[in-house]
Amino acid sequence: MAHFDENAKPFSAKWLEERLAVSEVMRVLALEYWIPKNINFLWAMGMILAATFGILVVSGIFLLMYYQPDVKTAFDSVNYIIMTEVGYGWLWRHIHGVAASVVFLIIYIHMFTGIYYSSYKRGREMIWLSGMLLFVLFSAEAFSGYMLPWGQMSYWAGMVITNLFGGFTQDFAGGIANFPGFVEWLRGDYVPAQAFLTRFFMLHVFLMPLVIIGAIVFHFASLRIPHVNNQDGDNVDFEESAMLYKNGMKKESQVIPFQPVFLSKDVFVMGVYFILFFYLVFFHFEFAMDPVNFDPADGLKTPAHIYPEWYFLWSYEILRPFPFNFGLVAFGFAQVAFFLLPFLDKSPVVAPASRRGLFNIWFWVMVADMIALTVLGKLPPNDTFTPMGKVAASIFILLFIALPFITKNEKKA
Amino acid sequence: MSNRRDFMGMALGGFAALGGLGALYAAKRSWDPLPSVKSAGFTTIDLASAKENELVVEKWRGKPIFILKQPASTPKSDREIVINGARYLVQIALCTHLGCIPAFDGKNPEKQRFKCACHGGEYDSAGRQTFGPPPRPMDIPPFKIKGTSLVLGEEGPEYKKMLADGLTTKV
Ligand code: HEM
Ligand code: FES
Repeated sequence: MAHFDENAKPFSAKWLEERLAVSEVMRVLALEYWIPKNINFLWAMGMILAATFGILVVSGIFLLMYYQPDVKTAFDSVNYIIMTEVGYGWLWRHIHGVAASVVFLIIYIHMFTGIYYSSYKRGREMIWLSGMLLFVLFSAEAFSGYMLPWGQMSYWAGMVITNLFGGFTQDFAGGIANFPGFVEWLRGDYVPAQAFLTRFFMLHVFLMPLVIIGAIVFHFASLRIPHVNNQDGDNVDFEESAMLYKNGMKKESQVIPFQPVFLSKDVFVMGVYFILFFYLVFFHFEFAMDPVNFDPADGLKTPAHIYPEWYFLWSYEILRPFPFNFGLVAFGFAQVAFFLLPFLDKSPVVAPASRRGLFNIWFWVMVADMIALTVLGKLPPNDTFTPMGKVAASIFILLFIALPFITKNEKKA
Repeated sequence: MSNRRDFMGMALGGFAALGGLGALYAAKRSWDPLPSVKSAGFTTIDLASAKENELVVEKWRGKPIFILKQPASTPKSDREIVINGARYLVQIALCTHLGCIPAFDGKNPEKQRFKCACHGGEYDSAGRQTFGPPPRPMDIPPFKIKGTSLVLGEEGPEYKKMLADGLTTKV
């Protein structure tokens, strides 16, 4: 039988405690959620992502008050109304644009931290998979948002990317994998037009954020049992360490509580991050605002060069240099390849890459290759860059094929 | 007892699945192009005013259409529409790779080219791919000849023959 104290003052600590078990919830979620001591600032990236997502939501709400999802007025509602008429409208737009770009930089750092420290295996597979799901969802969110100003890049990126869903060419296997009708269905028209804009608007401001919030909750939940990894890949005994900590032996314990100890460090890193972030917002926002998108959408004129935002360049470059069908397969592979990481890495060793022999080489070649792909993706296709793109894209695919073989015989360091 | 509960569970599950399927179908139909979009799919264009080797751009179903009256010096091709002896290349001006608009280069009428800046695709004077990722020639829109005009969106006998000969694909 639940017991309620008749004399407790409404909304007093006791009154709340009896109804919501506030302290118990705090204990389970924060005060006794244990984080190893042996970590560095790279472990703050997750909370930085969560905070940046929050900033995207808040700035997005303000943009939403004046944005008009109509092909005739969308461009002006952004570039004229929000940018020049709405008080501080420019601020929300620049915050939103810069955050959308920077969030991918942090996602890549977060991902490669996970790869470097082998944080995707030995019980952490679901953390990794839910993280990759977040990556895909953020990509869809960024793409749908990019459609909204209805500028030239919005229109032509919308054209090119939706065409990818048409499948293989008609001459491939008698056309069984060719679905031109599917592209028109996705768009709701023969080309990106009103139906297209309104449905991507719905996705961007409602459905995708909702799903992302769900995925973040799931990502956090998946951390609960395996806990976060640490700089040496040590298999920390969390129960024992937590006991030591609670009994006052904080020095001997290998862990600290999430709240308030870990969070205070997180907040420090976040402070540094936000100084940089707002420096970009106020003084260097232009890197997140493509000049081509300041021309209104025109279905009769393609811009001289079409390229995606910087964070999609590497996967775009895996599509671009190849003939159509092969390019599509390679591109599809690039989208899902990182999902496979926990299963392609056959080594049981959880340790930083620097102590994992061949894997260390694999890791740095992968980093270098993704940077090369990103640079090439921005360069025009020609006789020099197209072959280079082919090489870089092939290296990417080969790295994944090679991974099981190079990790199979890894010795414990 | 458990039998009766199983039955209730299956009955409930069955109806829920049925409702789910219905909802899925409705969702699919909601994403379909609207009838107004579909019916706006016909355009008549007059070819009489076209000048040789000068590209005219029209619009059909929101897509750009290239109309090029070919000079005598351009090699003949079975992808042209011939009206009263005049040869016209009419095609949807979207690169068959991923849909950018290729640029026309008519400096040399014997060797006209269409170049796509997006991923470097190239087409010859008959709209056939010659370089880069495009998988097929530029598509010819369904057309019907009416005097010196073309009705785009309607399938005339000349268009049907081109389709049958595999010179273009259905759009
Ligand atoms: C964009 C939304 C994301 C948010 C809000 C988020 C949030 C977090 C948080 C708060 C943590 C715990 C602290 C830390 O280790 O940094 C974490 C850990 C982790 N995340 Fe994410 N994350 C996101 C995306 C991703 C992506 C794209 C991946 C990669 C596929 C990923 C993989 C991981 C892994 C492997 C860990 C465990 C790290 C360890 O054990 O040391 N996350 N995430
Ligand atoms: S869209 Fe023309 S080459 Fe890709």
